[in-house]
Amino acid sequence: MGGGDCCFLPHGPARSQRAIASLRCLLQLTLLVGIVLVTTACGARQAGDQIVLAGSTSVEPFAELLAEHYMAEHPEAPTINVQGGGSTAGIEAAISHTADIGMSSRQLKEAEKALGLEVQVIAYDAIAVVVHPENPVDALTTEQVRAIFAGEIRNWREVGGENRPITVVTREEGSGTRGAFQELVMGESRITPLALRQDSNGAVRVIVSTDRAAIGYMSLGIVSNVVKPLALDGIVPSARAAVEGQYRLVRPFLFVWLGQLRPAAKAFVDYVLSPPAQAILAGEGLIPAVGG
Amino acid sequence: MKEKLIEAVLLGLALTAILSLFVITAFILQAGLPLLISYGPWRFLTGLTWAPTEGEFGILPMLVGSLWVTVGALLFGVPLGLAVAIFAAEYAPSWAAVAMRPAIQLLAGIPSVIYGFIGLKILVPLIRDNLGGPGLSVLAGSLVLAVMILPNVIAISEDAIRAVPQTYRDGALALGATHWQTIWRVVLPAARSGIVAAIVLSMGRAVGETMAVIMLVGNSLRLPISPLDPATTLTSNIGLEMGYASGAHRQALFATGIVLFVLIMALNSLASLFRRRPASA
Repeated sequence: MGGGDCCFLPHGPARSQRAIASLRCLLQLTLLVGIVLVTTACGARQAGDQIVLAGSTSVEPFAELLAEHYMAEHPEAPTINVQGGGSTAGIEAAISHTADIGMSSRQLKEAEKALGLEVQVIAYDAIAVVVHPENPVDALTTEQVRAIFAGEIRNWREVGGENRPITVVTREEGSGTRGAFQELVMGESRITPLALRQDSNGAVRVIVSTDRAAIGYMSLGIVSNVVKPLALDGIVPSARAAVEGQYRLVRPFLFVWLGQLRPAAKAFVDYVLSPPAQAILAGEGLIPAVGG
Repeated sequence: MKEKLIEAVLLGLALTAILSLFVITAFILQAGLPLLISYGPWRFLTGLTWAPTEGEFGILPMLVGSLWVTVGALLFGVPLGLAVAIFAAEYAPSWAAVAMRPAIQLLAGIPSVIYGFIGLKILVPLIRDNLGGPGLSVLAGSLVLAVMILPNVIAISEDAIRAVPQTYRDGALALGATHWQTIWRVVLPAARSGIVAAIVLSMGRAVGETMAVIMLVGNSLRLPISPLDPATTLTSNIGLEMGYASGAHRQALFATGIVLFVLIMALNSLASLFRRRPASA
């Protein structure tokens, strides 16, 4: 990892130089400790009562957006602190009460359901299968996508494209997007070990946007013109097609919690489900959970 | 009185550093050992399939990935670093040597994510367009790691070369050897232990690097064969999956950490062994 040393000692300096260097080192350290103490003290004063949301990095930006709107409209409400960490971590945080609300971009597993978590769908998100904009392939069937990600189809030629080996890009194990893709497209098939693994929607987009042979999948809200979303079984992915039920690759964004929510947290959940908040989510490319 | 106080404070700080080592070791062992034992260390180390949600934890592809990337980094980085060290210690006028040192130290100060980003934007497309494959590969990782280990290689081997007594050089020159012959036949052999230490320490750095490697090697789970194949290393897999892992998956990542820990400890001990040995002619 990058050089975190507070001072780099040149090799074999004179003794006095070394003494000066270590003194400087000590000074820097003291300063650092001082700064940390001061900032944490300030933080503690401000924090007081706050609502903590943690979990899926897919849900995080939307929760942050809603939290900003909510805090602007309700100055009396406690601070809402939105953290990432991933769906699994979010659900764990809700179980251990380290967060008021856990955010998940996948359905709960059986073991998690058994704990009696409360689950609230706040919106639905479509997953788009994307390729490089210059890739002549515009549409695939779900079965073809499955075969490509399983490593059974390895050349674009086999699905009507150029003669080019396919670069499969997937998310890391445990990602909510991957979990949903596995469930909705792969079924029992395993994603090929040849696939490149990336740890965010953004990283997948970078690779797919620069490699003509690449194919990946990501949240529809993150698709931009640097990549081309493929029509799946003849349906071009869009929030509308997903609402109408034609586009199948849709997953829920969940808020989960264990036991009774505190009134302040409950108020935020109610806000998220209110028509204005749902309209904000729809404006960001999600599919509203209520009244859509 | 004041002297005593400073001494006590420094002792306290030193103990904290050592204590943190013990705490970290204990934590990694406690978190990873149960899985390593129940799954079987041999099966863990030689398994070809890593499918954590299905309970398969084979890290051989990552071990091999780490090995390839590290060997590649040394292959590119050591000759280059050694050449710089020889130049700085033996040929460069003193003002040039003085100017070079901070520049090379600056290289060590660049955050690894920046190295990764530059590699991703420049090196990866270059490899993809000219050599084939997805570009994200062992080769891309090796080349960037080679630059990252340069400061280490240069600083330590330059010190080793400078530490060779001047009388050795004078003797060789007096016998009629040219400057290069003196360096190649006398100075470098005398500085050998320091140079080996530099290489071994750089190996540790290369094995342990995470961020730049995650960005450049592609992280695919197949056993890498060609330098153009993507690969996963021990560190990049931990970095990639830690955020989402839970249960046995998390334990398996800590078990990977144990393997890494042992590997780097071994390399560092090896390096200090070489460093302690005095230069012999």
